[in-house]
Amino acid sequence: MKKNKCSGKLLMLLTFVFLYLPIAVLIVFSFNDSKSRTVWSGFTLNWYKELFSDRMIIQSLEITLLVSVLASLIAVVVGTFAAIGFFNMKKKWRSPLLTINNIPAVNADIITGVSLSLLFVSAGAVMGFDLGFGTLLIAHISFNIPYVILSVMPKLYQLDPNLSEAAQDLGCTWFQTIYKVILPEIMPGIVNGLLIAFTMSVDDFVISYFTAGSSVQTLSMAIYAMTRRRISPKINAISTLLFAVVLVLLIVVNVRQAQQSKAEEKKQKALRGQRAVSI
Amino acid sequence: MKKAVSLVMCAVFIVCVFAGCGGSGGEKQVVNVYNWGEYIDPVLLDEFEAETGIKVNYKTYESNEQMYSVLRQGGVNYDVVIPSDYMVSRLIDEDMLAELNFDNIPNYALVDDSLKNMTYDPENKYSVPYMWGTVGIIYDPGVVGEVTGWGALFDEANAGQILMFDNSRDAMGIALKYLGYSLNTTDEAELAAAFDLLKKQKPILQGYVMDQIFDKLESGEAAIGPYYAGDYLTMLENNPNLKFCIPEEGTNVFVDAMCILKSAENKENAEAFINFMTGAQVSATNSDFIGYTSPVGDAKALLELDETAEAVRYPSDEVLAHCEAFTNLPQETLDFYDSMWVQLKS
Amino acid sequence: MSKAKLHAPLIKLRQRFRSFLDRNRKKAFAYPYIIWMALFVIIPILLVMVYAFTKAGIGFTLENFSGINVYAPVFGRSLWLAFLATIICLLIGYPTALAISRTSARTQRIVLMMLMLPMWINFLLRTYAWMSLLENTGLINRFFGAIGVFELVNSIGESLSASWTPIDHFQMINTGGAVVLGMVYNYLPFMILPIHSVIIKIDPFVIEAAQDLGASGKTVFRKVIFPLSLSGVISGVTMVFVPSVSTFVISKLLGGGTDMLLGDLIEMQFLGAAYNPHLGSAISLIMMIIVVVCMSIMNKFGEGEETAVVM
Repeated sequence: MKKNKCSGKLLMLLTFVFLYLPIAVLIVFSFNDSKSRTVWSGFTLNWYKELFSDRMIIQSLEITLLVSVLASLIAVVVGTFAAIGFFNMKKKWRSPLLTINNIPAVNADIITGVSLSLLFVSAGAVMGFDLGFGTLLIAHISFNIPYVILSVMPKLYQLDPNLSEAAQDLGCTWFQTIYKVILPEIMPGIVNGLLIAFTMSVDDFVISYFTAGSSVQTLSMAIYAMTRRRISPKINAISTLLFAVVLVLLIVVNVRQAQQSKAEEKKQKALRGQRAVSI
Repeated sequence: MKKAVSLVMCAVFIVCVFAGCGGSGGEKQVVNVYNWGEYIDPVLLDEFEAETGIKVNYKTYESNEQMYSVLRQGGVNYDVVIPSDYMVSRLIDEDMLAELNFDNIPNYALVDDSLKNMTYDPENKYSVPYMWGTVGIIYDPGVVGEVTGWGALFDEANAGQILMFDNSRDAMGIALKYLGYSLNTTDEAELAAAFDLLKKQKPILQGYVMDQIFDKLESGEAAIGPYYAGDYLTMLENNPNLKFCIPEEGTNVFVDAMCILKSAENKENAEAFINFMTGAQVSATNSDFIGYTSPVGDAKALLELDETAEAVRYPSDEVLAHCEAFTNLPQETLDFYDSMWVQLKS
Repeated sequence: MSKAKLHAPLIKLRQRFRSFLDRNRKKAFAYPYIIWMALFVIIPILLVMVYAFTKAGIGFTLENFSGINVYAPVFGRSLWLAFLATIICLLIGYPTALAISRTSARTQRIVLMMLMLPMWINFLLRTYAWMSLLENTGLINRFFGAIGVFELVNSIGESLSASWTPIDHFQMINTGGAVVLGMVYNYLPFMILPIHSVIIKIDPFVIEAAQDLGASGKTVFRKVIFPLSLSGVISGVTMVFVPSVSTFVISKLLGGGTDMLLGDLIEMQFLGAAYNPHLGSAISLIMMIIVVVCMSIMNKFGEGEETAVVM
């Protein structure tokens, strides 16, 4: 059993080495004093400096963040309500609707991208608009909502069905029930969905590539355009920054969660102690 | 608190819906330019914006064929495109280009007469030359020895070191020239022979590339590949071992020309852009940066050219006599190119 | 006669009416999204079908499908490479997920975050970084050169055969292997996460019970853990196979662009070098059907369990 545990740890370690090796390369070469991707020629922070004067990169970063924030927020609102709606439907209706909901999540990105671009292009030809930020946003919302629903649905199943009855008996209107009882209960699922949606949006390339048209480009699209020649170390620099920010955020959240759970434990211990005393 | 959050969410939602609909609002003057990758000195874009107050939305494509796909699919709003000769005439044939108002492009007078009224635009109504150049072989003599003709690209001794054009017209062009046929042949037997040659070449290739060739040749990852002459000068700066040759069998001479799409919403801004790029100093700066040859005669004098740069940019008449330009092909042949290309890569 | 007794049926009626109203109102929450799905999920897929069965200027035709056997090698190659990538992901991912599930809750949380963290670096860049590692003059070959691996290999090779041609690098980039590596690298977390999420839900008492009944470690795994984690495996396999079979970037960057995959073929018809959206749609449609067939075969193994979700 012990041997098993050791080999398990080793396997985990190897997996993480595999996952982080290219990232380490990327970060190291963002400090490289030449454009080379493979030869180290000294330490520099120049790429970080130049980064902020590169209009194209900053613009595409803005677009990426804007579209990701908007798309994930809208997806969370629409998705949460849709999940509540699906939950209250008869199974006969719910099952096929959930299957359709799963299509963008399960379908290949390229098909989602291609099919949406066919729609946007033909709708655009009829109604006279071009692909752009609007179509990009719609595409992102479309592939985000399924993830929100998939992470909210299980929380709804865990909900005590008597809860909303009780709330209404206590005088809540139907809206208040949702708002004061159901939403707080399923909040972890909603937050989780928001995070997944946001991450998916930031990481997406294929769907953006087919739906963004000519006037906007996301960071991924800018990077793809660059892979056609050579990726500027500036992109490594901006990715390193992004990575560092997320890393710090995750550490902060994690530490706080750990502290909270510790504090809770303490509180419960204290409570138990009190009860013991009072008895 | 929670009420506030939900209010904000609703507000965001509404704003987005409106932003989505009215995305193209705003009064700012813009011009949407669609150009080849690595084909402009970026400083010039800033200069143009400062001079005219027109904002440039600049995007790039990889090859004529790829640009054509994007335009054909639609839903895009480019104003200026810069295709090569044969693609210009294809776009004219398919009625996708707008006639230029040359009153807005006074710098057109600076363009060499030899580059006006070219066969791809006989009355010169639709296009203004941007740059021209030849296709040659860029190689590292230390690895593949001296190269004089296209044969080196099909030589098994160089297996694993060879890069090839990742677009059908240029790749077929090389095969056709190597076999001694015209670049613009529509003869089925000749086309089939060229296609066979490319199929045989595939196993010894390192890859089909476009602008990735810069990186691969500069870093020594590959040792030989055909590309546009001007780009050799850029590569040379990063890898002095590289040499350039115009193959003895003859090659392609091309003119890339600025055109305005029929669907352009900013036609006057587009003409201003074309005019700006045709200015002698601007064209010289651009030529200096990208290595291609400016169509503006006066630009040559403004450049400080060493011997190599001069030879690459301004090939002798003797060399040019060997060269052939692409022309647009009949639909049947175009279909053959497309299906041949997909088959080659599958 | 108490008032309450009289009102009791009334109250019940009111309650029933209220819950009916309530459900109906809540159902309505889904209507906007149902419209959304119709517009942006159903119609686009119908459009792909329309394109697949038509041709510009001709109307309905089967021509797009009749010539498709030319692309059989692309289909074959894509399915094969995606299959390999999925198997490798499963072989690495399952034991890793199992190992993760055996650590403390705190470690698990950190490890799961570390699995998601790479997604914050754009996948194009991560793949590009592999290019730097795998190239003939790349970091791995340089490292091998520096520690004398090639000298060793050459001396062994020379002693084995007289006609040995000395090597100075291992050919890694521009091979099918590199493409599979790129797929495994990019999609491995999608295998680990769903398997892990299913394994941690297995009731420890079930395992204990099996052990109490005399099952060995191996038997417990074979008869209890693995069958119970099958739904996670299935969703993991789907989440690796589908993007692998349809990728068009990994093959371009790591495969040298000589041998196309399905994704490249489709991209080429829409925004690439050979414009033909009708053919592109036909290929997309076939790919969709292949994926659906593969998935329904697999779901047979899962016996209709609801597919597990990441995290």
